[in-house]
Amino acid sequence: MTTLLEVRDLRVSFPAAAGQVWPVDGVSFALEQGKTLALVGESGCGKSLTSLAILQLVPAPGVIDPASAIRLGATDLLALRGEALRQVRGRRIGMIFQDPMTSLNPVFTVGDQIAEGIRAHFDVSRRSALARAEALLGEVGIGDAAGRLGAYPHQLSGGMRQRVMIAIALAAEPEILIADEPTTALDVTVQAQILEVLDGLRASRGMAILLITHDLGIVAGRADRVAVMYAGQIVEEAPTAELFARPSHPYTQGLFASVPRLTGPVGRLTPIRGSVPPPTAWPTGCRFRPRCPIVHARSETMPPLLAAGPDHRMRCWIAEDPR
Amino acid sequence: MIPLARVVGSAGRRGPARAGAAILCLVILGALVAPIFLQSPTAQPDIQHGGQPPSPGHLMGTDQLSRDVLTRVASGGRVSLAVAAVAVALSVTIGALFGLAAGYWGGAVDALIMRLVDAALAIPRLFLLLLLLALWERIPLAAFILIVGATGWFGTSRLVRAEVLRLRETDYVRAARALGAGPGRIMFRHLLPNALGPLLVAATLGIGEVILLEAGLSFLGLGIQPPTPSWGGMIFDAKEVLVTAPWASVFPALAIALTVLSVNLIGDALRDALDPQGA
Repeated sequence: MTTLLEVRDLRVSFPAAAGQVWPVDGVSFALEQGKTLALVGESGCGKSLTSLAILQLVPAPGVIDPASAIRLGATDLLALRGEALRQVRGRRIGMIFQDPMTSLNPVFTVGDQIAEGIRAHFDVSRRSALARAEALLGEVGIGDAAGRLGAYPHQLSGGMRQRVMIAIALAAEPEILIADEPTTALDVTVQAQILEVLDGLRASRGMAILLITHDLGIVAGRADRVAVMYAGQIVEEAPTAELFARPSHPYTQGLFASVPRLTGPVGRLTPIRGSVPPPTAWPTGCRFRPRCPIVHARSETMPPLLAAGPDHRMRCWIAEDPR
Repeated sequence: MIPLARVVGSAGRRGPARAGAAILCLVILGALVAPIFLQSPTAQPDIQHGGQPPSPGHLMGTDQLSRDVLTRVASGGRVSLAVAAVAVALSVTIGALFGLAAGYWGGAVDALIMRLVDAALAIPRLFLLLLLLALWERIPLAAFILIVGATGWFGTSRLVRAEVLRLRETDYVRAARALGAGPGRIMFRHLLPNALGPLLVAATLGIGEVILLEAGLSFLGLGIQPPTPSWGGMIFDAKEVLVTAPWASVFPALAIALTVLSVNLIGDALRDALDPQGA
């Protein structure tokens, strides 16, 4: 499979009271054509910031470290400026956001907003853009697409709006869709439908999807690979089946232990102690150390990503030295 | 965020706004229609009978030059309302553009525009106008409108800037940026349309302000020049006969008061409709 998007050693800094903090600190991953990569982690782990950095949308005063590299095919995304950057945004990489209630412009009809996305990147008339918008609404599973073109966002439900957001993101036929917590604000039943739509589009368009989520449940069966993030770093990465079968990093194991299971014996859920520390308070060495149930002897030193199995890496010394 | 149509709709359900709209419609209708049926506002049909009190022939009486006051109030209304509308449209446009630029680009652009506005706001508008209008002996109407419009945008630009600063961080602006929208499209499709509510309030209240300004300046002889009738100019003309023919100044004054009251009622209702905490 060909690698479409490659993120290498991505670091994002923000100024802080004492110098700088790095909420994204050395993230690397590759997204392959037609595949779904899930970036999983608790809030504050840097997963959204990672996705924003891909399109240079890191909010001020955040700065992407110049040594970082993000490549889309042969294009160095971090070197793009102005018009060249806008040609990539939407056209080659589409993005949908967490909250469909606020991500649509309240004063324009959905047809207008989809057509805007089309006309931003293709030289077509308003009329044919609207015809295309109608087809897109059908594609994301909105019934009566022709009738919905004239609807304003406030006339639609949350699930409908998220479908519209997806249609807008698809308008310029991107190769990659970044979905930043696309279902977090939605009801569980609607969540499944939206994920179904995304998966269908991936299959029918051969699009790659970067799925950002805190919910391991929606990763199973949807993603090809999973990267688990903690405190600005990827702590474990593996194909989905492998990760679910053998979660190896203590943090990943903790995540699984805190999710209720439908099968197996009924027992108490085991939460991970404490919460993600803010970037100003990350410990030296292994960042999970203060919350870790194991605390490896070498955890004073930051572990690199180590092989934990076939095509399976994790950032914990137990991979080398299981004691 | 509240779309404009809903703001107007909500304001339209408020009693004072309805009263204001009714009065304003009456004034506008009168200004548009009445001069068609009445004699020329500059005609002097009855030179011997100046300063007549209201009668069936002259419903608002005649002034000291025997001109029909009703005719002049109606055609003066055309001038006063048109001046106010054009000047406010001008200042709202300039204010919106500067506010948009300052809020969107921030940094040096913002600092420059806003310090300029701060400086301009430190000078009372009336003094600024007096200064500028003193450049002409008899100021042409177009120049008058231009000057009034060009001195009224400072507050509006602040208002729009504040709205833009808020809207800039909204999810839909972020989404638009993520989908490749450039500065022009973000400003004019995403920021400005969503700032129209407060802009509309400012424009409405601005109309009242300009009518009063124009009346004041015309009263000082610096505004609209005779023989073009204007409400302020009529009061100025009639001040010599204030005791003997009060109707010549009372009716134009009443027209000013009613018009300003009506636009302020509408403006206040729009502002209440925009305020999420409002009743």
